[in-house]
Amino acid sequence: MAEILLYAEVTQENYVHTVLFELACKAHELSKKLDNAEVSTLLICKQGLAELYKEAFKNSGFDKVYIAEDNRFTHYSTEFFAKVAIDIIKEINPEIILIGATTQGRDLAPRISASLHTGLTADCTDLDINEKGQLAATRPTFGGKLMATILCKTLPQMATVRPKVFKPLSENIVKDTQFIYKKPDIDNIKRKVEFIEFIKRTNITINDLDSAQIIVAGGKGMKNEAGFEILKDFAKSIGASLGATRGAVDMGLASQDIQIGQTGKTVTPKLYIACGISGAIQHTVGMCDSDKIIAINKDPKAPIFDIADIGFVGDVFEVLPKLSKIFVLK
Amino acid sequence: MKILVCIKQVPDTTDIKWTENNTIQREGVESVINPFDVYAIEEALKFKDAEITVLTMGPLQADSMLRKAISVGCHKGVLISDKKFAGADTYATGKTLASAIKTKMADFDLILCGQFAVDGDTAQTGPSIASQLGIPQVTYVRKLDRFDGESVYAERELEEGLETVKVQLPALVCMLKGFEEPTRPTINGIKKAKNANITVYSMEDIGLTPEDVGIKGSPTYVSRAFRPENKRGECTFCEDINCLADKIKVFGGLNG
Repeated sequence: MAEILLYAEVTQENYVHTVLFELACKAHELSKKLDNAEVSTLLICKQGLAELYKEAFKNSGFDKVYIAEDNRFTHYSTEFFAKVAIDIIKEINPEIILIGATTQGRDLAPRISASLHTGLTADCTDLDINEKGQLAATRPTFGGKLMATILCKTLPQMATVRPKVFKPLSENIVKDTQFIYKKPDIDNIKRKVEFIEFIKRTNITINDLDSAQIIVAGGKGMKNEAGFEILKDFAKSIGASLGATRGAVDMGLASQDIQIGQTGKTVTPKLYIACGISGAIQHTVGMCDSDKIIAINKDPKAPIFDIADIGFVGDVFEVLPKLSKIFVLK
Repeated sequence: MKILVCIKQVPDTTDIKWTENNTIQREGVESVINPFDVYAIEEALKFKDAEITVLTMGPLQADSMLRKAISVGCHKGVLISDKKFAGADTYATGKTLASAIKTKMADFDLILCGQFAVDGDTAQTGPSIASQLGIPQVTYVRKLDRFDGESVYAERELEEGLETVKVQLPALVCMLKGFEEPTRPTINGIKKAKNANITVYSMEDIGLTPEDVGIKGSPTYVSRAFRPENKRGECTFCEDINCLADKIKVFGGLNG
């Protein structure tokens, strides 16, 4: 029977990344168009972690869960994880492999696909099965200005999928999941990349960006610390959480824990207010699925206005204090 | 120390124009070195006494881009160019570059790539090259340091924080964009670039056949390209601050 395999990413903090449950929801949809193909997942993790997730896996409608546990897997390693994944994939021959388009997923997936001499479509925002039963993977290119639907001539057909694009399962699909333990064959690997340390972003001070209803974010246009103070005052006046672009973080204006974008967080608030943000794709992928976007920028040609619902052309140093005053007075 | 920097020529994506058939107009669009690759070059220049070769797969016009890299301090330029390469996906591109490296530049210590190309944004070609060369890869790197002749420390920028790894060379490293101003060419550099010999290799030169490259060698293909529908519609501009405050109130669900 055909099989759709999902990669269960384990994060630095040793939990399973939520993108797996978004992939699961989509995979069940695809399965219906593929004669009810099996939906399975692959978990590579430190010893004992799989046990904690068995209930969640059973409720996600997985037919099979392949588990490769080893005490050497406390941190993601391209060399170990690619080897284990490739071995298992060669054995089970899935039709389709879906992986979250996180930094880990985008590091691992091309290593696997190149080794299997198959195709991989990056950072997809939509997936479907076409009339010939092929995976049709749609993704933005040219900074989101062009969409391309990509097909693959070889098996397995692989894609990485952007987190938070698909909704997670809205209700449990309970299955009699088979848990299959695979012994990792890694003893002969001479590792060339050694883990030294991991410095976690500190805890978010105002409130959590993941659950925030309104986010006020600043870019390089906020210029200096005084600018970020103005931004904070405005955020406070409307009860919003604070976010920043990588540019602002690198200028030392904001801490890394509030960075939004490609190597930061992906957020989907009700309202996103972009202040002094030009709108580079590396930032906008992290916020473009917000319900509403308001952009304030000096430059009327800034690309941020291409994705905004409401724009205001003006100097943030003048506009934001005025807005704060309006809302504080209420 | 020998460093290879893989660069890509990309259209200036901020300046996209559409043809009547809803395809991207490529003629008359200015080409630039992919901004991420500019920082891969920058990182290479930080290694003192290294011999730096810039390498690209592309049309013959990509010659000017290699010269640009030489003008800021790279030493050699290699252009892998063949009409048969057209339509290559990331797998075929990785294979082509890996074959060129294997057959013509095998004695490298470090390969640097940009993490993404701003046109395709796949982030796949670097790992594809590394995989096909059978060397380790380190992706999402913001800086390299503590090079001791055999290994180097790489600081990786990930969603949850910063990871440091130590990688034994030879290896391939994908660089994120930095924030310093890139090096500007010197007058001497421009002269050197003008007189430099750019080596050009064809498909046969690097030991590949038509089945390995271009559309034929690519497992994936584009079945449809289309302009995204703008779910939000056009951006509405507020002329005054009260309009802006009202929108914030409504969209943010604020009372009053």
